[in-house]
Amino acid sequence: MNIETAQMKRIDNLIEIENLIFKRGKRVIYDGINLSIPKGKITAIMGPSGIGKTTLLRLIGGQIKPHSGSILFDGENIPHLSRKALYETRKRMSMLFQSGALFTDMNVYDNVAFPIREHSNLPENIIEKIVLMKLEAVGLRGARDLQPNELSGGMARRAALARAIALDPELILYDEPFAGQDPISMGVIVRLIRSLSDALELTSIVVSHDVPEVMSIADYIYIIAEQKVIGQGTPDEIHQSTSPLVKQFIQGESDGPVPFHYKASSYQDELIKINCSQAEGSSK
Amino acid sequence: MKFLQSLGRSTIELVAGLGRAVIVLISAIMHMPNFRKGTPLLLNQLYNVGVMSLVIIIVSGGFIGMVLALQGYTILVGYGAEASLGPMVALSLLRELGPVVAGLLFAGRAGSALTAEIGLMKATEQLSSLEMMAVDPLRRIIAPRFWAGFISLPLLAAIFSMVGILGAHLVGVDWLGVDGGTFWSVMQDQVDFEKDILNGIIKSVVFAFVITWIAVYKGYDCEPTSEGISRATTATVVQSSLLVLCLDFILTALMFAN
Repeated sequence: MNIETAQMKRIDNLIEIENLIFKRGKRVIYDGINLSIPKGKITAIMGPSGIGKTTLLRLIGGQIKPHSGSILFDGENIPHLSRKALYETRKRMSMLFQSGALFTDMNVYDNVAFPIREHSNLPENIIEKIVLMKLEAVGLRGARDLQPNELSGGMARRAALARAIALDPELILYDEPFAGQDPISMGVIVRLIRSLSDALELTSIVVSHDVPEVMSIADYIYIIAEQKVIGQGTPDEIHQSTSPLVKQFIQGESDGPVPFHYKASSYQDELIKINCSQAEGSSK
Repeated sequence: MKFLQSLGRSTIELVAGLGRAVIVLISAIMHMPNFRKGTPLLLNQLYNVGVMSLVIIIVSGGFIGMVLALQGYTILVGYGAEASLGPMVALSLLRELGPVVAGLLFAGRAGSALTAEIGLMKATEQLSSLEMMAVDPLRRIIAPRFWAGFISLPLLAAIFSMVGILGAHLVGVDWLGVDGGTFWSVMQDQVDFEKDILNGIIKSVVFAFVITWIAVYKGYDCEPTSEGISRATTATVVQSSLLVLCLDFILTALMFAN
């Protein structure tokens, strides 16, 4: 690859993760993974639960620091940014938390207005226009006066989405956007992610393990398991993958390379041991 | 060997926790204040922390003053010294009971509420989401709560002492028949502004600092689970109550020993 195409690649990708190693205590979460997130596309990151998909989003957001490796956001290395520069960079991204994380002491309107009020000095009538526009986009204009505890799970997530796009970010990180949603609100959220990405030319990263939903909206998919990227490609390529691990994950088989049983000693041995110790006990 | 290990571990944890607490406090309050955004936040917290604690402070202050008057009277009247009831009550309240009891009540009423609120914000990812919105939760959430507690407690302690003296007046003068004029004039004569009132205020300011610091730090540092929040809330009340009593002894020794 010559220098020109390398630079071209940089421009097309909003985020470049290279050789990322992250450990929690002694447990290795990521062992040298490489990811590129193309601009204006929806990239999905899938994998079994408990492998630290949310951790990856927090690493991109700079909330935690990796052990080594680089995370380039538009050319800036997130782990090495100063506090101030990190906060400036964060204004260009936003994150949709699994719980929504709406501020419980404010109604929906004030929640969506919050980032605008924090980061601008716009007069209230302009803020109102922006907020109503964002709420209209997620279909919650009528719910602006409700408190977060009056919203259903799906509505809370949509309100949080309106807040996430309030400052027109370049990047949205979705943390398990489909988890715990009924089929209807799942459909609504799938539609919203797709339409927001298309209309606002947003770069989206969706972390999820809901295979059909992700397959239906993602432009590119990474599958992470066992601390590494085990498969990547467009949804079609993932479908046709011959890797047994990817196949097991996509088709949801209970046993395969990822075993059904948690690591344990042989079942037979353990049963025999119990019998022996019982026999010893009764003979005494 | 095991004992040494656990001693070492808990010492390291203690020092690390102290370090984190200092970092939290410094990064929360050491910055240029933004009055336009900060004032409404502070007022809101002053209401939550200060005004909402008024009822418990006033009621307890009144009863403590009444009990002091009743107990004091039965002892003093034996020596024919019931004229000293006023200064006795006022000095006990201003020097000790005002700052200390108000501090203990404040730790239970407001300190625990602060810890639980901040802990729950952490558990529901509200603090994380602030960070991701490029808003520093230390400045947005911790700082106004810290200042509100720091401002409220000295005022609450003063109100506590005042209501206590009124309660003592009610029992001593209106019920037990101590002369009202004597009650006030001997009190005025015996209470020294610098030695008694100012020292009491200094105590309450120190307690306010310690209690609010512990409360916001425990909330911010708690494990974001329901168990963690309950542990943090308990720790706030226990540690700040003990520290208040400890510091009270140290401060009293420094102020009144010679």
